[in-house]
Amino acid sequence: MFRAIVAKMGSNDQIERALESWARRDFGDTARIADLKRLSGGASQETWAFEVVDGGATHRLILRRAPGGESVARSSEAITLRTESALLACADMAGVPVPGVLGVFEPGSDVGEAFIMHRIAGETLGRKILRDDAYKAARPVLAKQCGEALAGIHAVELDTLPDLPRSDGADQIKKYETIYRTFDLPRPVFELAFAWLKANEPAPQPPVLVHGDFRLGNLIVDEQGLASVLDWELAHIGDPREDIAWICVNSWRFGQIAHRVGGFGDLDELLAAYAAAGGTRFDPREIDWWETMGSLKWGIMCMIMYEAFRSGGDPSVERAAIGRRVSETEIDLLNLLEKAI
Amino acid sequence: MHDAPSPSELIAAVKSFIDDAAAPQLTGHAAFHARVASNVLATLLRELEQRPAAESAEAAGLRAILDTDMNASVDAMNRNLCARIRGGEMDAATPGLFAHLKTTTIAQLSIDQPNYSGLKAALSTPA
Repeated sequence: MFRAIVAKMGSNDQIERALESWARRDFGDTARIADLKRLSGGASQETWAFEVVDGGATHRLILRRAPGGESVARSSEAITLRTESALLACADMAGVPVPGVLGVFEPGSDVGEAFIMHRIAGETLGRKILRDDAYKAARPVLAKQCGEALAGIHAVELDTLPDLPRSDGADQIKKYETIYRTFDLPRPVFELAFAWLKANEPAPQPPVLVHGDFRLGNLIVDEQGLASVLDWELAHIGDPREDIAWICVNSWRFGQIAHRVGGFGDLDELLAAYAAAGGTRFDPREIDWWETMGSLKWGIMCMIMYEAFRSGGDPSVERAAIGRRVSETEIDLLNLLEKAI
Repeated sequence: MHDAPSPSELIAAVKSFIDDAAAPQLTGHAAFHARVASNVLATLLRELEQRPAAESAEAAGLRAILDTDMNASVDAMNRNLCARIRGGEMDAATPGLFAHLKTTTIAQLSIDQPNYSGLKAALSTPA
């Protein structure tokens, strides 16, 4: 325990010193670092908040850093921090609200593999965004703003992007079915969903940049609405309908089931804004297949998290308990299939 | 053997300890895990109360769809059902299949997450 604390303090000091020498290069000799603290959440990459105090000015910033400064991808498809910072720059150019990147550190630098971006004010917690009075004016405009942001993401020129994984509908069926079968925990509802998805796969769309995790929790919302799109770790080249459907998955409506888009908006509004901003004009029925895929995917992701407990890798009560959330996705799948068949 | 206190009474006592004594003294990550632990015990209490009846209803449903012998276990019948759906031998149009899965999932979720929005939606449309 004592050794762990010492190691952690060492790491804090080391990061603060590295940030200070960066800040002095960019903000001048008197710049200093204040309020450096590790934020909770983000198991795969470290996220630190800090300030650069530069004379009278205070710059509120975020450090995204590979755990311990060394690059370890969360899974085979999670992108590296360097790719993530390049993607943020591409999205910024395309007019998508994202935090501006101020500095990129290469693996082996004194802070390790990392980048620095602006800290955007606002809320990420889904339940607060859907309930708190502070976001009363934001909620009615959020579906339109999400449609516009997604149209911007999907319009990014592919040849300007860093190297990204490719994954379309058929790839995702194959990938998640393989994972599901390795657990040997047979669930008839999942079998039915796999069979339905395979039999009803839509014709593919021209490939675009897909965010991969566009939903409440990964969006910063302020009193005016969408302030920033975060968490690009699952970005890939694929089908634009995947992003539109993912924010519709009932797991991301936080109890507000009547509003298909994230618990706050209607799909027609999002699709109209998406088309008006230059995206393809989709019919809500074209989103159904991907929403079903999304619920199934989230169910299997919950099984993956439970597997971390079952295998002994993570003995926490939280990992054990998440296994009892798989049935949420089963009922969502049955509700979706009931309408489709 | 005795069962005073019963399993449910013991679980309820531990849940009260977490909620009333331990959790208020915790902060941060530990407070979050205490909330999760309390929810897990609530799930266990529902499991003890509801699972026996729910599982015999599930077994009866599976026997009706699969036409198997009386002694097959629920696990074996679910594996059999999965294999038949996967093989294309059965699908949502198979008589009784969809209604069985819906009834079973409603029973499972009533134990796992009784406040989940999708459960209320499913209950509003009869299986």
